[in-house]
Amino acid sequence: MKIPACRLADLPRGEAFRLDIDPPVSVFHTDDGELFAIDDTCTHQDASLADGWLEGCEVECPLHASKFDLRTGAVDAPPAKLPVRTHEVVVEDGMIHVRVSTDAPNLPPCVASRLAGGTA
Amino acid sequence: MVGASLAGLSAARSLRKQGYDGRLVVIGDELHRPYDRPPLSKEFLAGTLGEADLALEAQDEDLGAQWLLGTRATGLDRADRAVRLADGREVRVDGLVIATGAAARRLPGSDGLAGVHVLRTLDDARALRDELARGGRLVVIGGGFIGAEVASTAYALGLDVTVVEVAPTPLAGPLGATMGGIVSGLHADHGVRLLCGVGVKGLSGERCVDAVLLEDGRSIPADIVVVGVGARPCVEWLEGSGVELDNGVKCGADGRTALAGVVAVGDCANWYDPRAGAHRRVEHWTGARERPDAAVATLLAGGAVVPGVPRPPYFWSDQYGVRIQFAGHAAGADSVSVEEGAVDDRNVLAVYRRAGDPVAVLGMNQPRLFTRWRKQLAASTS
Repeated sequence: MKIPACRLADLPRGEAFRLDIDPPVSVFHTDDGELFAIDDTCTHQDASLADGWLEGCEVECPLHASKFDLRTGAVDAPPAKLPVRTHEVVVEDGMIHVRVSTDAPNLPPCVASRLAGGTA
Repeated sequence: MVGASLAGLSAARSLRKQGYDGRLVVIGDELHRPYDRPPLSKEFLAGTLGEADLALEAQDEDLGAQWLLGTRATGLDRADRAVRLADGREVRVDGLVIATGAAARRLPGSDGLAGVHVLRTLDDARALRDELARGGRLVVIGGGFIGAEVASTAYALGLDVTVVEVAPTPLAGPLGATMGGIVSGLHADHGVRLLCGVGVKGLSGERCVDAVLLEDGRSIPADIVVVGVGARPCVEWLEGSGVELDNGVKCGADGRTALAGVVAVGDCANWYDPRAGAHRRVEHWTGARERPDAAVATLLAGGAVVPGVPRPPYFWSDQYGVRIQFAGHAAGADSVSVEEGAVDDRNVLAVYRRAGDPVAVLGMNQPRLFTRWRKQLAASTS
């Protein structure tokens, strides 16, 4: 499934764009000009990685300092313990698209139970 | 490694990451494997997170360490370079990381009275969670972060909650009086009583607590009391060891202590802060997570590395559904201004300045802007 996100010209380096699908996905434009897409929700708690601290090819969760590698989705250290999914990014005619992974996402307990219809 | 919580675990990880492949012994006075403490006053207390969720180690993580848990360190013998344990054993060491943390302060005379709690450990949290589940009237002594988070959790569980704070404004130390007043306004927003500027004289009750007695003569009925009046560094075991003690273990800007081959990290460590030009004992999760890297580099290099400037201290709190984040030092500020949002909406980004330069930032439900300011603060003061 390929979903349009935003125009490349509208996403400066060092910034992120959150795609409000379920679960949300964020596209990061690194300072070196590379584009990466990962699940937006930290695997530890309900926090948006698009709000996080982007440095090189890593984004640090805005809340609790776990860092995710944008290339692999791997997490460096707790409190988050599971990786985020990575998604393929395609730019066509100046438009950024995300090809959403078909793997199961690693959502934090509160979000996972909400999506499952339970109470958070 | 003496201490098996976040700072000790982070130091063990740093040692392996930085190439140390020798014997590694982790000594901890609690029986539990390393666990995450912040949820103890929030999700764990509310029952939305279980004990397995608190584990700090990944499932397949193996640091190749020997874990001596449920064993308290009672002394450090400098001549023998050995850590003495409460069970009589001794562990000889070539290098030592002190990460013994801090212990909750208690109310004098409250021992043995049922219904009176502190909150620091998993065992504390289990006991309090079970009691909160029965409902009733809760009095929280201390309007700091632990007290406020417990009040917020208990309010959500449906308890009748009163917070008693001896200072005129809660959180004035970490946040300054202005923002301390705004953040602690969250209690009143939710109908939780906040009594400020009044001390606690004592507790009443035979076997169980039944009231909190205030200095002004009032008596506040209580079924459960939580004492949240701060923590003291656990460093008694180091007295006479040659490690210099001054509000915890006195450390350089890289965690080094007065003894060669000994570093200290986490809540027990009073690090020199080059930004502030003073020693500061930082009791934040983030410090316990980040600083061991520098301390371990110092330990492995025999003190030959030049310490970098750490990022400004950062902490967070979740109260009444509001996400509170703070970075920097409020103490040095001469002004604080709201840059975004409105205080009445509890949706605010406030910047603290000293002589016009930003020295700290506070966010309430402003994670994106907060991260920007936090980065800027780190860049401008490094």
